[in-house]
Amino acid sequence: MQIYLPIAEVSVNAFVLLGLGGIVGILSGMFGVGGGFLLTPLLFFIGIPPAVAVATQAAQIVASSISGVLAHFRRKTVDLRMGTVLLAGGMCGAVLGVWIFNLMRGIGQVDLLVKLCYVVFLGVIGALMFIESLAAINRTRKGVVRKRKQRIWFDALPFKMKFRTSGLYLSAIPPLIVGAFVGVLSAIMGVGGGFIMVPAMIYLLGMPTKVVIGTSLFQIIFVSGFTTILHATTNHTVDLGLALLLLIGGVVGAQIGTGIGLKMKAEQLRIWLAILVLAVCGKLALDLLIEPAELYSIAERVR
Amino acid sequence: MVWRLIVVLLLATLPARAEQVVAGLSQTRVSITTNFAGSEILIFGAVKRDAPAPEGPPLEVVVTVAGPSTPATVRKKDRRVGIWVNTESVRIAAAPSFYAVATTAPLDQALSQTEDLRHKVSIPRAIRAVGATEETAEAQSFIDALIRIRSETGLYQELPGAVELDEQTLFRTSIALPSNLTEGDYATRIFLTRGGEVVDAFETTIGVHKVGLERWTYLLAHQHPLAYAILSLGIAIAAGWGASAAFRMMKS
Repeated sequence: MQIYLPIAEVSVNAFVLLGLGGIVGILSGMFGVGGGFLLTPLLFFIGIPPAVAVATQAAQIVASSISGVLAHFRRKTVDLRMGTVLLAGGMCGAVLGVWIFNLMRGIGQVDLLVKLCYVVFLGVIGALMFIESLAAINRTRKGVVRKRKQRIWFDALPFKMKFRTSGLYLSAIPPLIVGAFVGVLSAIMGVGGGFIMVPAMIYLLGMPTKVVIGTSLFQIIFVSGFTTILHATTNHTVDLGLALLLLIGGVVGAQIGTGIGLKMKAEQLRIWLAILVLAVCGKLALDLLIEPAELYSIAERVR
Repeated sequence: MVWRLIVVLLLATLPARAEQVVAGLSQTRVSITTNFAGSEILIFGAVKRDAPAPEGPPLEVVVTVAGPSTPATVRKKDRRVGIWVNTESVRIAAAPSFYAVATTAPLDQALSQTEDLRHKVSIPRAIRAVGATEETAEAQSFIDALIRIRSETGLYQELPGAVELDEQTLFRTSIALPSNLTEGDYATRIFLTRGGEVVDAFETTIGVHKVGLERWTYLLAHQHPLAYAILSLGIAIAAGWGASAAFRMMKS
């Protein structure tokens, strides 16, 4: 069934979009990531203009994050205070990100910027996760219990705050910076940034793992929501039809994925996620390195 | 003096009007609806004559359909520090978003160079007609690229032999409009030619517009972007909350 997308101005198969949403939903349920890093390149691939894909993806992330955060609120695993601090940083980051996005679009480098961001961040995160989970598998085989190092190097910073849910007493500056950084990426890459936020919260801020995902989802809702509004008002590139179709596939897929994820071991799960991330990264890197068949491209007027 | 001029002009135009186009379209408007996946327009007509068909070169029919012109920027990728990035670019002030030219015979047979220049019929001429760009040798390769890319996606079509002509009188052709159309008026022209010279021409327009939900969404997104953003967020929030609630109900 072909469906015409009013903003993207292309006709695509509705089942392809439902399927894409579903597959990404399954992965997101399995691994606890937003799946934006996978969906945005896939949307480019089926011919959605990059600007529309990135902006619409932000709206879709709002929906899937709300669905997830409600479950975490019931389990009381959301650190609202930490979430708010991250959020304040995230908002500033999102404004900066949309500004950079428009600037690069004006000079015709937005595709390069988005792709470079993907290659660099997916490559780094994928590689780190791969090494870390290999080490974890080895540790469980040897039966060594790992001690977490306490991060004390930013104890000297001012503006200390108490984060009761996380059991932390630390300066507000590191969370603000982490939030801002993820906000920029969220606007440029059309991702929630969970795949960067989660490791940053665990390893940089030293938050307990059980509150990390809920808190990350909580702040992603607002940053993505804000990004959606910015993209919709400055670029008019949010496509409601596209968002709706992806969303339906996504929420159903997420439930199936959660079921699969519960049956697998955590380390194995992370290895597979790392391989997936590295595969997407490799594909995008090849596109940049191999001479394209068509050297020219047409940029339509900014609509 | 004036009278003599008018008489001379009348005499000059009379033989040209010996054959006239009477044309029709299967539809004069195309509606982009939710399930729009392209459209096919049938253009047909007849040649009206007061006298028997003249001797000499055969009658040829040329049909063109041109979409609204929009500015475009053509960019070229080049290798920089090992990766392929956009480097040079040429701005084309206006290029038709869609252009199809269907003929009974190959275009260079059906239409002489001078007539092509006068009526801007072939694809390169039609683009240059509206696209006033800096005419450098480099700009040329960018215009060629524009034509090549749009031809590959079916936005520019050259269709020699696509017009059927029966008994030197009845003609018909169909033009396929792809799904990624730009809204606006599509100028449709029909030329009758003999020996490459235009004998008669006919012009009409096809209106292409989004309708219903598509139009409403598009207008809202452009005229009330904030309301549109809030609506998008509202739907996203409702869907996220709804999905969570629905699956909780299914489990319990």
